[in-house]
Amino acid sequence: MTRPDANHLLPSRGASHLRQLEAESIHILREVVAELESPVLLYSIGKDSSVILHLALKAFYPGKPPFPLLHIDSTWEFREMIEFRDRYVRGELGLDVIAYVNEEGVRAGINPFDHGSQIYTDVMRTQPLKRALTTFGFDAAIGGGRRDEERSRAKERVFSFRDRHHRWDPRNQRPELWSLYNTWKRSDECLRVFPLSNWTELDVWQYILHEHVPIVPLYFASWRPVVQRQGDLIVVDDERMRLRAGEIPEMKMVRFRTLGCYPVTGAIASTATTVEAIVHEMLTTRSSERQGRAIDRDESAAMERKKRDGYF
Amino acid sequence: MHAAATGASSAAAGLDLLADHANKELLRFITCGSVDDGKSTLIGRLLLETGAVYDDQIATLQKDSERHGTTGADIDPALLLDGLEDERQQGITIDVAYRYFATTRRKFIIADTPGHEQFTRNMATGASTAELAVILVDASKGLRPQTKRHAFIVSLLGIKHVILAVNKMDLVDYDESVFHTICLDFRHFAARLDIPELRFVPLSALKGDNVARPSANTAWYADGSLLHLLENIYIGAEANVHDLRFPVQWVNRPDSSFRGFSGTIASGTLRVGDEIVVLPSKKRSRIRRIVTRDGDLAEAAVAESITVTLDDEIDVARGDMLVCPGNRPHICRDADAMLVWMSEEPLMPGKSYWVKHTTRRTSGEIQLVRYTIDVNTLQRSQATTLRLNEIGRCRLATRDPVMFDAYRRNRATGAFILVDRVTHETVAAGMFLDPSDSSSSGEHWDDQPAGLRLQRAVSRVSGEERARHYGQAPFTLLITGLSGSGKTTLALDLEQRLFWAGRKCVLLDGQTMRFGISRDLGFSADERSENLRRAAEIAKMLNDAGLICLAAFVAPHDDVRQRMRDLIGADRFLHVHLSTPLDVCRQRDATGRYDAAARGEIASFPGITSAYEPPTTADLEVSTHDLPPDQAVQAVLDLLQTKGDRDICRG
Repeated sequence: MTRPDANHLLPSRGASHLRQLEAESIHILREVVAELESPVLLYSIGKDSSVILHLALKAFYPGKPPFPLLHIDSTWEFREMIEFRDRYVRGELGLDVIAYVNEEGVRAGINPFDHGSQIYTDVMRTQPLKRALTTFGFDAAIGGGRRDEERSRAKERVFSFRDRHHRWDPRNQRPELWSLYNTWKRSDECLRVFPLSNWTELDVWQYILHEHVPIVPLYFASWRPVVQRQGDLIVVDDERMRLRAGEIPEMKMVRFRTLGCYPVTGAIASTATTVEAIVHEMLTTRSSERQGRAIDRDESAAMERKKRDGYF
Repeated sequence: MHAAATGASSAAAGLDLLADHANKELLRFITCGSVDDGKSTLIGRLLLETGAVYDDQIATLQKDSERHGTTGADIDPALLLDGLEDERQQGITIDVAYRYFATTRRKFIIADTPGHEQFTRNMATGASTAELAVILVDASKGLRPQTKRHAFIVSLLGIKHVILAVNKMDLVDYDESVFHTICLDFRHFAARLDIPELRFVPLSALKGDNVARPSANTAWYADGSLLHLLENIYIGAEANVHDLRFPVQWVNRPDSSFRGFSGTIASGTLRVGDEIVVLPSKKRSRIRRIVTRDGDLAEAAVAESITVTLDDEIDVARGDMLVCPGNRPHICRDADAMLVWMSEEPLMPGKSYWVKHTTRRTSGEIQLVRYTIDVNTLQRSQATTLRLNEIGRCRLATRDPVMFDAYRRNRATGAFILVDRVTHETVAAGMFLDPSDSSSSGEHWDDQPAGLRLQRAVSRVSGEERARHYGQAPFTLLITGLSGSGKTTLALDLEQRLFWAGRKCVLLDGQTMRFGISRDLGFSADERSENLRRAAEIAKMLNDAGLICLAAFVAPHDDVRQRMRDLIGADRFLHVHLSTPLDVCRQRDATGRYDAAARGEIASFPGITSAYEPPTTADLEVSTHDLPPDQAVQAVLDLLQTKGDRDICRG
């Protein structure tokens, strides 16, 4: 039997679930641009951001996406992420990426080692995100959130309302009927829009596979220097990593399922060096993608609390 | 940077697995039922059994089960579903939550909605994007008002496939008769709704029977597990592939050399070279290109998000619609629609709301509420407003023309929302009704005449003069009964007797009507009702003209018979019901219709696949089974005599 070429498994059009999800997401992206004055794409450099960016390139072709990208740079990103952002998005695609850093936080020396993941995430991600949206006057922020990520996201709307303090009130969300999104808002209100709401992690990877979506190499297994902490595999990305007594980085074959700031994002042991191998791993794994994220295990219902505070 | 590698290192088996998962159909369904029906348990089990829950999530679940659960040390699958912290503590779901799972055949999106009384709004929201509904019933409790409410909302929102999941079969010892009674009850009720496909599964979500795998406890049931049905029910048939509707979502103008119109095809197919007309401007052009980043397409179909360019430089803006010149939607500023009211603030007729319909924004007002529908009984009542969770038929007037199709025909171009201009709250979900009476197959008892300033012609001959001239007081005799009960035979006999007695009478027969006056109607509850309305209007004209009318109709619904009585006038209306038993009617049937109905070939056949409500207010009940024909005729003649026409029997 000849081996099927994975790149041609997906029909270019028609009744495939990925094509339907793609069409729905493109519809949402165009709706944001048509109905809001100043949208922005929150670009985290992760796989979901990469898929949204790819969808935006399709939605507005032959033009470029008519909105800038906003990267909240915590200053603790993996080096390869910054490199990918600058080379591919700014360089190859020629898109406008606003990199926003909380300079006060930098001056105060906020870091995940001394302040814990909760305070660090709030100061270096949540607060600067809110400030950037207000400073630049963005009225809609497009993000990569998916409803399958976590229980509290299951009821999230595609167009999610935040008051002028960027707070999310789970009891005060508009019903979403058909694909008729209600985007009427006051001038000081801001929308969060999630075009990937109906995608699962597997859909995202299958789409990356079939569409050749460029992603950061950290998603692929490679030999990396690793220390073990509370069951998490933490990659030592640069000299800022503080090793505890007795910790000696070992080289291990690992990759990332989700990407955040390096000291608080756990890697997984894996030999998947291609997208096919990752999809295969996805089809057989027994653990969820948030397992490697220290911030989500802080407490039960952690995500929901973070969302109400304005964390994406 | 990396682009997907071709995977020379992957094993062939791995690629087969990838191939299995690459091309799935997408099925969106809604689950309706209350906590008590075991809905959360059912969904939890579907997710667990299809591997949609990861081990670490199960561990969290275990922790939560100890804290909030109702199952002691066991995992409470219901906790898998509740998303929000405070709801989880209350133990109830109060919104629409979306869940995802997949098999190799299909990817499923579940809209999980609560069954609690006041949450019609959430159910309508969940149903609006669903193609199929799973309605839960507790086998130990049978059909309850909420089940009917769920079925009604599901049918109102245009869902064509319903699976009735009869849960908790373990509590009734997997008793086949309990299951069949519930199915029959539901079938009777559902016959009054527009649900083309209805399936039934006996299951136990708690024990796992017939959820993902067939159960040995229900050996009498052979239609497969719930998951099997979800994977196999054919859902493609209702996609509207005929009427091209392309609402322009965004004008793509990156530079002066390119002007494209982007959007998602609401229905139909679009090809390069096709002639199109832009609505509402009515300017014509042809499709020059269908542009995508992956290359131009020759054609594109329903639900695809594309960009087109046209041969001519004509004005096209967001909110316009591209259609075929020979197949256009309705274009009006006012139309009738069903509304589901979603706001605490009641509808205010005359108040201006924002309207969003396809990609078009306009403003509009509700001119009048024609009636509300009680979701429990389907009874209509007069109303001047709609309150939270109420459903009614209204007249909508918009500032700009809207291009729409009846929701029944086209969900994408038939749906709209109303938004409060101050609070920006979504206050109503709307579904357009077909404005043209002639082609519509619904019923029209409550319709207003289409034109304004119409006048009735008033005859110069009075009722007394007619009565004297014809020597009779006119009346309508309605003869009802099941198909095969002997209505037409009795009516023919009566007509003959009355004729020879010198009476001037006309026979209206339900089936005969369908050859002419009602040839556009089918046999749904609404269409049967409309057939009887037409008969009632004719009977009224005949009576007004001094003639007697004999009307032989199945007329299965009591409220419709009452409407006929009201329209004709109770003082000149008599009702004879033939209570011939069903099995006798069936035996007599020479046309084969009962057999066809039993095989499911006739969708709503009163007594078999839809309900017959026996009348309680008939003036006379006759069983043609017990009485020879001439005696049945005599019984009716006796009735007429006691009701006033004393001279009939002389002939």
